[in-house]
Amino acid sequence: MSWFSQTLTSSIGKKLLMALTGLFLISFLVIHATINAMIFYNDGGETFSHWGHFMGTNPIIRTLEIGLVAGFLIHIIDGLMLWKSNRDARPVKYAVNNAAANSTWYSRSMGLLGTLLLIFLVIHTSHFWIPNRSNQFATGEELNLYQMMLETFQNPVVVLIYVLGCVSLFWHLLHGFKSAFQSLGLNHVKYNGAIAFVGTAFSIIVPILFALMPISIYLGWVK
Amino acid sequence: MEGNMRLSLKVWRQSNTDAAGGFEDYKLDNVSPDMSFLEMFDVLNEQLIEEGKEPVAFDHDCREGICGMCSMYINGRPHGPLRGVTTCQLHMRSFKDGDTIVVEPWRAQAFPVIKDLVVDRDAFDRVISAGGFVSVNTGNAQDANSLPIAKEAADDAFAAAACIGCGACVAACKNASAMLFVSAKISQLALLPQGQAERSIRAEKMVAQMDAEGFGACTNTGACSAECPKEISLENIARMNREYIGAKFSSSAV
Repeated sequence: MSWFSQTLTSSIGKKLLMALTGLFLISFLVIHATINAMIFYNDGGETFSHWGHFMGTNPIIRTLEIGLVAGFLIHIIDGLMLWKSNRDARPVKYAVNNAAANSTWYSRSMGLLGTLLLIFLVIHTSHFWIPNRSNQFATGEELNLYQMMLETFQNPVVVLIYVLGCVSLFWHLLHGFKSAFQSLGLNHVKYNGAIAFVGTAFSIIVPILFALMPISIYLGWVK
Repeated sequence: MEGNMRLSLKVWRQSNTDAAGGFEDYKLDNVSPDMSFLEMFDVLNEQLIEEGKEPVAFDHDCREGICGMCSMYINGRPHGPLRGVTTCQLHMRSFKDGDTIVVEPWRAQAFPVIKDLVVDRDAFDRVISAGGFVSVNTGNAQDANSLPIAKEAADDAFAAAACIGCGACVAACKNASAMLFVSAKISQLALLPQGQAERSIRAEKMVAQMDAEGFGACTNTGACSAECPKEISLENIARMNREYIGAKFSSSAV
């Protein structure tokens, strides 16, 4: 095995990949949340569709999208590999384990939260991204995503699934944001406070912003 | 005696590595609150010997918190309910009269049970053998100030060197990860001038050995540091990540 693949498959290398792809996916969330928040202009989707069209057709963005899919795949596959090797490291469990005394439940549940997010991701992309891209591939035309949002979020079950997806995202980010910096070795007394503050703020603001989208459409605030 | 406690114990018994183990229930009627947890086990073993039964095997040596031998998982936590102490520094006054106490060995693939509460921690020794040393002929001790070392570096190296290698970090971690131990051992040498010559190769070899032993990876839950009797800081794990990643991408070892 070359030194490069040896590094990336080591315990620390796997965490390096998780941290880098995690921060990359966080940067994607910033763009995704910002553009989707254009629906709150409540202008019949005009601003949203303008930017949606840019994201769906700009060649640079479309090239970066390949990187985004790769980022998701690496984060998911690497996460599953870590889950397996971590589980194998303790074949016999404790009969009595008071883990709450030394760590938070969500930091110990990143695999579970990630799996919930993966299920949500499959549902979410099958609502919007997959139909839109397949239509673009087949006909060259984009679908009216704004109209699709208005229709999809009339179903209360779908709205509930999206809100639960945002709740999972909140807990996943609350640990993941800070944890990524630690995995990269970025632990310094001058910056730890700022990382913790930005991480917590980001974990609260972004999922709330996302959750407000299906809720606002369902309640008719955004038409 | 007045003030003494009655306790119920559930203790893991396992005759050897390959045998199936299980919990045995014991009752102790006269436990002094001033006994250490290990002395309470001495009382239990006296009782078992008098009854003609096999005493409980458990690791212990110095009984003053510096050897790192004691290794009991008590009521779901390594070294019991207190922070910053080993099992021998835990006293029965931390429990209440009538309590039931569950005692298990460390649970990790890399720490097989030898007998009852005794686990094999040779994996730690093999990690140290892989690079946790300085291979220079140091000669006689030099004058104290001939090698200038920053106060902060000396303090951090000393704090990392306080690790006694008990394995509570592995026991507490949901992944049975040895990162806190290995990072303390890498840090204490990486921070000092004597450790510089082998700094890169040390990080590469010790992490490779840690992985080969079957320890898990780090989820940064912080359980290890919270349960460490020497309160080794998580900063050491960040430093090890820097040392390892830096070494892997820049050392001449291909």
